[in-house]
Amino acid sequence: MSKVIIPTPLRKFTAQTATVETSGATVAEAVQDLTDQYPDLRKHLLDDTGKVRSFIRIFVGDEDILALNREETVVENDTVISIVPAIAGG
Amino acid sequence: MNKHILKIEESALIIMQKHLENTWPDEGCGFFFGKDGAVRTVTAAYFVQNVKEGDKRRRFEISGLDYIKAEQYALEHQLDLLGVFHSHPNHPALPSEHDLKQAVSFFSYIIVSVYDGLKKELTSWRLNEERKVFEQEQVVFVEVPI
Repeated sequence: MSKVIIPTPLRKFTAQTATVETSGATVAEAVQDLTDQYPDLRKHLLDDTGKVRSFIRIFVGDEDILALNREETVVENDTVISIVPAIAGG
Repeated sequence: MNKHILKIEESALIIMQKHLENTWPDEGCGFFFGKDGAVRTVTAAYFVQNVKEGDKRRRFEISGLDYIKAEQYALEHQLDLLGVFHSHPNHPALPSEHDLKQAVSFFSYIIVSVYDGLKKELTSWRLNEERKVFEQEQVVFVEVPI
């Protein structure tokens, strides 16, 4: 079981739940479990091919999974996964 | 008539204003917190580093780690993460195309115009996700007695 922290803008798709317990041995499996629990989240997190959308980052602890093993990054029982929207502007 | 109302307590306003004046002529940025509802009330704010590589006078970017910390801050203090503030140095407090492109739903986006190191105007905007446009919020400043 890893814990996924849902960013505030996406909590309307998780019944305002901020943290969700997920099963799975990798980030991909945890995200799959998350979107099984909250199907409305899926299109906001993943594109049509099932990849994480470009304006969403996923962190395992303090590390961006892009610097680890991407969606195949291994998660442990006490791993905290954060979904992070890109924040920028001009 | 503005659909949304954003009340900003003076202490939060001062934190935002000072930082954005200090970072001029670069863009400054940060998060603000409070309570969501029919009327949103901003009770706290803090600034973070603009990590945009390149022209910080026209762009800002907040690191993923700072975003995570902001969500943690909200949870720990039982507040809502209400949005993001940033400055437009020597430009009006109107959202740019880049602001619109990067906006996410729910958040309020406070924009402060800063000319020659001094705040001129503060506006706030919320994304209408269906129409892909910003809707301006009515901003109300609130003095809180100590």
